[in-house]
Amino acid sequence: MTQQQNLLDLKELRVDRGGVTVLDIPSFSLSQNEFVSLIGPNGAGKSTLLLSLLGLMKHQTGTVTYRGGAVSSEAQWLELRRRIAMVLQEPLLFDSTVFENVASGLKLRGLGRAEIKTRVATYLERFNLAHMGQRSARKLSGGEARRVSLARAFAVEPEVIFFDEPFANLDPPTRQALTEDMDRIIRDRGIAAILVTHDQSEALRMSQRIVVMNRGSIVQQGTPAEVMNHPVNEFVANFVGMETILEGEVVRNNDQQMAVMVAGREVDTIGDAEPGAQVYCCIRPENVTISVSHPDEKSSARNLYPGRVTDVASMGPFLRLQLDCGFPLTSYVTRESFAKLELCEGRDVYASFKATSVHLIRRRAA
Amino acid sequence: MDVILEGLTKAFQLLASLDREVLGIAWLSLKVSGLATLFSLVIGLSVGTLVALSSFPGKKILVSVVNTGMGLPPVVVGLFVSIMLWRNGPLGYLELLYTPTAIIIAQTVIATPIVMGVTIGAMQNLPANLRLQILALGATRAQMVWMLIKEARLPLMAGVMAGFGGVISEVGASIMVGGNVRGYTRVLTTATVMETGRGNFDMAIALSVILLLFCFAVNYILTYIQQRERPR
Repeated sequence: MTQQQNLLDLKELRVDRGGVTVLDIPSFSLSQNEFVSLIGPNGAGKSTLLLSLLGLMKHQTGTVTYRGGAVSSEAQWLELRRRIAMVLQEPLLFDSTVFENVASGLKLRGLGRAEIKTRVATYLERFNLAHMGQRSARKLSGGEARRVSLARAFAVEPEVIFFDEPFANLDPPTRQALTEDMDRIIRDRGIAAILVTHDQSEALRMSQRIVVMNRGSIVQQGTPAEVMNHPVNEFVANFVGMETILEGEVVRNNDQQMAVMVAGREVDTIGDAEPGAQVYCCIRPENVTISVSHPDEKSSARNLYPGRVTDVASMGPFLRLQLDCGFPLTSYVTRESFAKLELCEGRDVYASFKATSVHLIRRRAA
Repeated sequence: MDVILEGLTKAFQLLASLDREVLGIAWLSLKVSGLATLFSLVIGLSVGTLVALSSFPGKKILVSVVNTGMGLPPVVVGLFVSIMLWRNGPLGYLELLYTPTAIIIAQTVIATPIVMGVTIGAMQNLPANLRLQILALGATRAQMVWMLIKEARLPLMAGVMAGFGGVISEVGASIMVGGNVRGYTRVLTTATVMETGRGNFDMAIALSVILLLFCFAVNYILTYIQQRERPR
């Protein structure tokens, strides 16, 4: 990421509220075409970070640089805000028609009437809103309102776009459809984006980098696989969950019986991605079975890998094993099994899981 | 009973014949109260918006004062404006007492807190993040304020109508600072008081009917706009 020129840079950001520092970020940056997900609990400062990048927080100090140029005067902030669009958690539509809402950012920029008309038409079309341009924005369903707020943000053709949980409280099919629309436009136009989300699979599917925040600081950042498989501390581990996330590429798909190449090993799974597709294989630790000798051939587990126990941690009633099978794998075992199998760090074992235990998520190519 | 019936009949004759004096009084009322409402809109909207969008110590007290002002008794305003404009008063040299301008001043004082109070309330009722969303869309400060006003336009209109309804129907201040001078400062309310006192019920009823029509028109326009803006 460092070889690319940073689009947006933030240094020494501090935001104070009522004499308390609510955000303290020594440095943060966003590269061209990059998609970053911000995750963390409520109150971690995710929204505050986005608003600070637009200079919209009171009592913020630090420097923001855009394409190498420092942003400090009010005119420079305005210029920056006209290049970065932001979609907040609530749709916050204006009390007028859908058309007027999508046109609002363009009107603020003083575009000509004809240009506004064609631009709005394009984005209404892209978000499947073409038939409701003249509808009142007050009479839309939750999903429709969300579409309008997205269309309004994209219509200004920003270079960067921020999303602050834009799909909260939407039903899964609507959410899915909107995410796909959004993703398509971002790729088509080469827009850099930061997404605040509580949905991990969303973060995995969309982002090249995940930033974990807690109590106003960045706790960890890295590729999704790095963050998910190698959490830097207990907080991140608990927050992201212990699911194993493996980067892979689909090599075969015979009627949904798929094989994914992960670190030189094939993982059998079920799904409908075409060969060549870049995916994450997500495996829950409770689905990974450990045995010390090669298990019975009649087992229904399609995936069997020799490996070595690299770490043992107590998780209350059970133990968490970290395995190295050429790729990292996490497994939970009961204390009873742990004793019976005489497990310990450095022990060679066989790890197995069913093809149906692998949850497949498509990922954006880095 | 005869008094009412006779009064009503004569009143409608006066109206039907477009009596010059009655029309003159109605026109003056409309002009004076309309201008007062316009001035109160300019002052109330700008100051109200400023107060609503900024935070400063004492804001709560100021808002309470404005809200109290929304129910300012017209006679108190009349007294205050009279003192100010009195020959030996601070603004006596302007020689405005007993002129239509004096009524406009008094009515502006009555209507401004109404418009200002409604503006503050309407602005504060907008979603908290709307301001951020507008700025994030690339608005300048001035564009943001304008968009917020547009968003609050329905309650603001209601405020303006309430202000107009309040001043066109008040009598205390108009009579104190205007003096009910025939053909000069005589407005609908002051004329109604006088004609009633004299027992000229026909004239009083005719004037009242016009006043009621104005009030109805104002409310009808407001209702019409609201219904058009928010169709079910």
